[in-house]
Amino acid sequence: MTTGVMPRSTRLNRAKRRGVSGMMVALTYLAAALATLPLLFIVIHIVKLGAGAISVDLFTKMPQPVGEAGGGMANAISGTLILIGIAAAVGVPVGIGAGLYLAEHKRTPLANTVRFLSDVLNGIPSIVMGIFAWQLLVRPVGHFSALSGGVALGAMIIPLVTRTTEEMIRIVPNSLREAALALGYQRWRTSLSVILRTAMPGIVTGALVAIARIAGETAPLLFTAFGNQFWSTSLRQPIAALPLQIFTYAISPYDEWHSLAWAGALVLIGIVLIISIAARFATRSRFGAAVD
Amino acid sequence: MDGIERIRGMSGLERETTARVSIVGSDLGDRAYSVITTAFAICIPLLLIAIAIEIGRAAWPALHQFGFGFLTSSEWDVPAGKYGAAPAIFGTIVSSFIALVIATPLALGVAIFLSEFAPRWLQQPVAFLVDLLAAIPSVVYGLWGIFVMIPLLREDVVPFLRDTLHLGATPFFAGPAYGPSMLAAGIILAIMALPYISAVSREVLRAVPRSQREAALALGATRWEVIRDAVIPNARSGIIGGIILGLGRALGETMAVTMVIGNRAEISSSLLAPGYTMASLIANEFSEATSDLHLSALMAVGAVLFVITIIVNAIARWLVWSVSVRNEA
Repeated sequence: MTTGVMPRSTRLNRAKRRGVSGMMVALTYLAAALATLPLLFIVIHIVKLGAGAISVDLFTKMPQPVGEAGGGMANAISGTLILIGIAAAVGVPVGIGAGLYLAEHKRTPLANTVRFLSDVLNGIPSIVMGIFAWQLLVRPVGHFSALSGGVALGAMIIPLVTRTTEEMIRIVPNSLREAALALGYQRWRTSLSVILRTAMPGIVTGALVAIARIAGETAPLLFTAFGNQFWSTSLRQPIAALPLQIFTYAISPYDEWHSLAWAGALVLIGIVLIISIAARFATRSRFGAAVD
Repeated sequence: MDGIERIRGMSGLERETTARVSIVGSDLGDRAYSVITTAFAICIPLLLIAIAIEIGRAAWPALHQFGFGFLTSSEWDVPAGKYGAAPAIFGTIVSSFIALVIATPLALGVAIFLSEFAPRWLQQPVAFLVDLLAAIPSVVYGLWGIFVMIPLLREDVVPFLRDTLHLGATPFFAGPAYGPSMLAAGIILAIMALPYISAVSREVLRAVPRSQREAALALGATRWEVIRDAVIPNARSGIIGGIILGLGRALGETMAVTMVIGNRAEISSSLLAPGYTMASLIANEFSEATSDLHLSALMAVGAVLFVITIIVNAIARWLVWSVSVRNEA
């Protein structure tokens, strides 16, 4: 550079600017380090405290009253899986249908409105969803139920599935649609058996990511699934759920319950992780298909 | 005439098929398909309307009885049948504010690091770890908060703030420190809001055209000056949108906050005092609410939370959307 001909003050100024720049760059490195710390912290504690309390009993036995040794969370684990199932059955079809509509009607007033409201729906706190499901499905019948919990969770995944479905359909090449139409397919068959099928792995990924996100939800279940000490698979009865059980155990004053809470947290994170990994595999097969 | 106008705007093949279909008459399958997807799309506005109506119905008795005073009264006295939401609204605002103060610089730092400075091999792992923060269930944050973070705060952080930094003299750090507190809630919320702010910021920073950075470099700007003068101004409203989105998350967060905030309906200037947020108030008192009025008052708090988060999210989406439109144009 031409530092030689610059006046002294400019050279000093440049050194100062370089210094500031180096410092700010270093600060962003620091921010990255600090931001990843909490995750490592949390994961280490869960594994350390949860792994010790994990046993076969946890998955096969029912909860024991305070003071009695042993006991597991079999009902809570099965309850959580049932709730996830209801949520997927409620939320995924609506999300895919709405996503199809949005992908095929890019700029109509209804599409713009739905897109915006879907984002708004995504931002509604989960506890508000719980109040909604309680007022709609619990209050009129007079008792808590698995169904109401599943509906609250299902409503939460609709906007997520809608968004990914729209995005995934958008990236399907237009030539595929035109080829199908050229072969004399009707529009609806083109959409369902060509476009939707091509986009399916991506949509499955999106749906699994959405389900992973609601699997650990607790707040809406306080008003709806409510929790249950006993084994229940009935949709009309209150049902136990892993997050609810963790909450109850965590705020209790008993040490053995605390360690069960950590074990429950480890299992819950395991469930979320398995669903997320499944989501990654679904995406991978899409890229595989694209290469073929 | 209308049909011909429509056909003119289509691509070749689309035009032919449409022409064929309109000659044969509209296909029944096509019409059914269109009706069904439209019905699914309409489900979303209907769901929002249903939520608004149901929550309004649940909240009505309390709102009707207390009127506007419900928002401003700080007296939440269950045995006396007096319900004022001010302490919960105050707690929600304060805890979310603490969360943003802590999370925003960190999230922006990470976003800038990832979009500008990170070596290639570090980009993916760091982005993955930060995104993973959003995948941890709220109740697990709460569990960690109770048994790890609160003892840490009580034994190390609070004495450090008070004695080493001499903040004990200010009203914000006065009074006894039991552990569960507004500060604990704010820190947990900061960790939970961080991935949302950083994800949106990262996206809008990446959306800034490369040419902007190159132009600034060509004018002799340092690496930091490129960010400050060329990148951030272009991404500003998107970043603000991301921060507001994080705020929306923090406002409605329930379980983790309920577990660490201490749950007491008082307004205190000290961050070390226990408090309430709107969401934690509902979660904490729902199971013990026996009178209809108490229940309705809790639902009214939910209604206030609903309205606030809708406004906050609408603003955030609009800001993020305006950036993407500007960069497309």
